[in-house]
Amino acid sequence: MDWLEEQRQHLQALSDFSDRLIDGLLTTIQLTLLGGALAFVVAVALGLMAGAPSLWLRGPARVLIEFFRGISLLVLLFWMVYVLPLFWMANPDLPGEGLVRNTFLIGVVALGINYGAYGAEAVRASLTTVSQGQWEATTALSMSWPHKMRRIIFPQAWALMLPSLANLWVHLLKGSAIVYILPGVNDFTFELNNLRRPTDIWFSHALVGLVTYFVLALILTIFMQALEARAKHKLGRGPSLKEILSPDPPAIAPDAASSSTATLSTEKGSQARGETDASQTTGGGAR
Amino acid sequence: MPTPTDPAPAAVAEPAPASSAEPPVIEFVDVEKRFGDNVVLKDLNFSVRRGERVTLIGPSGSGKTTILRLVMTLEELTGGYIYIDGEPLTHQQRDGKRVPVPKKQQKKLRTRIGMVFQQFNLFPNMTVLENIIEAPIHVLGQSKKDAVAKAHSLLEQVGLPDKAEAHPTSLSGGQQQRVAIARALAMDPEILLLDEVTSALDPEVVGDVLNILRQVADTTNVTMLIVTHEMAFARDVSHKVMMFDGGRVVEEGHPEKIFTNPEHERTQKFLSAVLGES
Ligand SMILES: Nc1ncnc2c1ncn2[C@@H]1O[C@H](COP(=O)(O)OP(=O)(O)O)[C@@H](O)[C@H]1O
Ligand SMILES: [Mg+2]
Repeated sequence: MDWLEEQRQHLQALSDFSDRLIDGLLTTIQLTLLGGALAFVVAVALGLMAGAPSLWLRGPARVLIEFFRGISLLVLLFWMVYVLPLFWMANPDLPGEGLVRNTFLIGVVALGINYGAYGAEAVRASLTTVSQGQWEATTALSMSWPHKMRRIIFPQAWALMLPSLANLWVHLLKGSAIVYILPGVNDFTFELNNLRRPTDIWFSHALVGLVTYFVLALILTIFMQALEARAKHKLGRGPSLKEILSPDPPAIAPDAASSSTATLSTEKGSQARGETDASQTTGGGAR
Repeated sequence: MPTPTDPAPAAVAEPAPASSAEPPVIEFVDVEKRFGDNVVLKDLNFSVRRGERVTLIGPSGSGKTTILRLVMTLEELTGGYIYIDGEPLTHQQRDGKRVPVPKKQQKKLRTRIGMVFQQFNLFPNMTVLENIIEAPIHVLGQSKKDAVAKAHSLLEQVGLPDKAEAHPTSLSGGQQQRVAIARALAMDPEILLLDEVTSALDPEVVGDVLNILRQVADTTNVTMLIVTHEMAFARDVSHKVMMFDGGRVVEEGHPEKIFTNPEHERTQKFLSAVLGES
């Protein structure tokens, strides 16, 4: 059969290209991890500044957030690759030329700044969701702003910001494909384009690409959901990670027997319960 | 400095011992509080001496909570002055102008003030013990060992010696409020502000919490500003009761007098409504 023969050739091409595909995959993973780490740092820094009482912190943070959210990732990359080096061309004595010519680094920084600016908004918003009563209790105990932020407010906002950050991270993974336009950065999408030549776009992109990106996104999502479950457990809502992962119902304390079915229910179930609790907390704080 | 007002009220039983030279612990001078155009407190003048326990009563919306929140610096003071131990808390007069006090000074004064809230507001990301020792260690600079020892004795005092490692969310409302009282006391406040601390509790545990507060009143010299609808409690613990309506003091005096023989019609009406319902 023609079709079968074609598939056989496609698989042959896949195995011929496997080394390059794996290199590309590793590049994509590095971009996602390093870009994600930088985006996280940017998000927390700008988000905290944007939620600070001082206008001197809030103002600049707002400008930076709006600016980097506003310009597209493509334009940002273009600037960093083609415009930034012009400064070094004009002044050959400037240090750090190697850095602006490192296109992988530029990819990481562009992803980190762009998604970090989106993340900052999620961080700032989740800080305001912590109930007014918690803020007031920290004032009544004379805690300084950095102290209350670090020990009281941020740890509570953490559980609230994780779902948004998880979303953004998956977006960053998929958005990282855009760096294939950079010279010298051969990420997974770049290699998929190479695979397309001996095969076709259905095989390369719609099958290999789709499955791979999906699996990567799934891993990120599961990891972030585990973090979220842990964060909620620390706030006294929902089961611990151990309890969620335990396949063994009797492992749960006997006095929790009535709720043990819920404890072992799906991720969705525990999320739903967490949200109920969250709405109760906000309801109490609103009074 | 505060303008010297005459602190001597007509008749106060078992007055808190204080040298006459000492400034009041809390003094309100011409205090005005607006929310936008809504004037909530106007021309409010009163003072509280060291160790004195003053209860604010009055209908809902009369401004009682706002007074406590002003002392705790949770609300911005829009007019007048508040003095703590004779020092301006939020604003001071300089060259005839009303100017904000330095943030540092305000922070220093604020550590002498503690507050217990209607909604407890324990930190859910910490255990009971951590809730209590967090501020003594990081704000007052106590050693961890001292703070923990103090926390355990306070938990003993509020009847929860075995709950140090518990999470606040696993406690009942009454237990949470007792932890909140311990947390406030761990800061060794000169002034304790109590805003309807039993209003969110089930009726059967209200008595426990009030007994703990009675004991605090009996065994310490902490100055208390109390808002409550528990009139029997107010009568037992306070040296002075102030009746508010519409942001003004209608009547003030010894609890015995206010509760048995109120002069003003509004006080009589308010009391018969509150006492009648229970
Ligand atoms: N944050 C606020 N914004 C606007 N108005 C407020 C605010 N807090 C209190 N008020 C108003 O101030 C008045 C006094 O409130 P409050 O001090 O809570 O009274 P009480 O504690 O005696 O019931 C009420 O009319 C209330 O509507
Ligand atoms: Mg009130």
